[in-house]
Amino acid sequence: MSAALALGDDALVLSHRLGEWAGHAPVLEEEVALANIALDLLGQARVLLSLVGDEDELAYLREERAFRNLQLVEQPNGDFAHTIARQLYFSVYQHLLYERLAAGGGEFADLAAKAVKEVAYHRDHAEQWTLRLGDGTAESHERMQAGLEALWRFTGEMFQPVEGLDATVSGADPEELESAWLSAVTSTVERATLTLPTGPRTGAWAAGAGRQGLHTEPFGRMLAEMQHLHRSHPGASW
Amino acid sequence: MAAVTADQKTQSTSGTAKAAGQAAGTAAGTAPDAADAARLAVFDAAVAADDRIEPRDWMPEAYRATLVRQMAQHAHSEIIGMQPEANWITRAPSLRRKAILMAKVQDEAGHGLYLYSAAETLGTSREELLDKLHAGRQRYSSIFNYPTLTWADVGAIGWLVDGAAITNQVPLCRCSYGPYARAMVRICKEESFHQRQGYELLLALSRGTEAQHAMAQDAVDRWWWPSLMMFGPPDDASSHSEQSMAWKIKRHSNDELRQRFVDICVPQAQALGLTLPDPDIRWNEERGQHDFGAIDWTEFHEVLKGNGPCNEQRITQRRRAHEEGAWVRDAAAAYAAKHTTPSTRTGQPAQHVEETA
Repeated sequence: MSAALALGDDALVLSHRLGEWAGHAPVLEEEVALANIALDLLGQARVLLSLVGDEDELAYLREERAFRNLQLVEQPNGDFAHTIARQLYFSVYQHLLYERLAAGGGEFADLAAKAVKEVAYHRDHAEQWTLRLGDGTAESHERMQAGLEALWRFTGEMFQPVEGLDATVSGADPEELESAWLSAVTSTVERATLTLPTGPRTGAWAAGAGRQGLHTEPFGRMLAEMQHLHRSHPGASW
Repeated sequence: MAAVTADQKTQSTSGTAKAAGQAAGTAAGTAPDAADAARLAVFDAAVAADDRIEPRDWMPEAYRATLVRQMAQHAHSEIIGMQPEANWITRAPSLRRKAILMAKVQDEAGHGLYLYSAAETLGTSREELLDKLHAGRQRYSSIFNYPTLTWADVGAIGWLVDGAAITNQVPLCRCSYGPYARAMVRICKEESFHQRQGYELLLALSRGTEAQHAMAQDAVDRWWWPSLMMFGPPDDASSHSEQSMAWKIKRHSNDELRQRFVDICVPQAQALGLTLPDPDIRWNEERGQHDFGAIDWTEFHEVLKGNGPCNEQRITQRRRAHEEGAWVRDAAAAYAAKHTTPSTRTGQPAQHVEETA
């Protein structure tokens, strides 16, 4: 499995989910912010997928079982707190990973050096909202806690080894990454007066199954929407 | 852009008006009518001299009300206008097109923010304006009550709807109210970029497969007349036009701008390899302009009354986003109240309410 495909699919799928927020955000500033993050991720996805092949063929003509993204990023948006919990878990992971890839000097170093600036902003956005929702009103606290709980089970898969992303080649050691992630997320969650969930972190199937093309049910529906027009006009250019 | 206030400028061009204004001002307690007349003279002189009116300048209440109405409607149009295009973000047929569309919808939210800020300089608030939009007491452009049924509609909106908007808005860059004019300078730059992208999208479809070409033609057929309606009612039926032109809020009449738009679009349609759905369009040598067919004003008025294809859907989605987001805004306000130090809180109480409410 290509690491570029795994990272590219993460960015592509999460970008798509964030794009679903357009026109539905709780405040205009968040219309701008969520679209901005979606756009950054789409830009990253395009670069990563292009390392593997044709970006549109890869995005629009693969079926569900051929996608290598984390199950976390394919989860439906839910309410704003659910979206923010997903952003928190993923953007902290992506930030820590890209920092290491940028410093590691491997094949992703240049790409990660550019993307890490964007991802630092995504992480800040997610952390700031986690604080506001966690330490806001009783309702927002409850919703934020529910978001963290619901997505917690999908967090283990981020730290399964990915071929081409091991410590020797890229500087990304999954165990070290996981402890850095746990410590960062714990700190934000506690500052937000929330509680770190305690349940299993195996995802659906087993931890890391998304990287093997084993996904959750909502993902197929998401792809159907994303791909239908492209597939309806085989060979057309847009 | 240096703001020349009505007062400063009047000093150099019309010392009499300035002096009269001051004299009347000192006697304002006893002779309010005279004071107002003097202030009005200062205002009129500034407008006549093509100066910018700035937020702290005196202005007639009707001028203020007209601007609030127009700028609010403009801001609401940006916000509601996100919906028909966002409808296609998740189905965009290539990653490049998807990125362009996301960036465009993001820009529209940004334009809405500029325009609400500009409107706030007139003493209203974004909250208040959004409440009026949600209550149906302020309008947005009728064009956004049409549905985006195919991908080509995204291109037709870029080319025709943004094209019409630009034709309308470029003269607003010289509008007499400074904050509005400056917002329009920034907005028009981004809009013309979107318009070119829409045109380029249609060109790709027009030169693509037969099915793509047909999709593009169908979209242009559906969006052409609604785009012409964006310029508003004909001059003889436009209630606000005359006063807005006298105040230099508007610089050209509805029909003038509509004609300009038709003249721009005809050669562009030819270059696209698409036709416009109006058999009466032809070059008029005598006028040096295109003649074109009659607009169905009945449809226009139905859409304005709320009976267009998507009026209900658009406003319902907007209200729902706002209502469902209330707990998020409340959370941000509660957090700000807990985490703002007392000194800053007393320093900027209003701002915190504005930002988070």
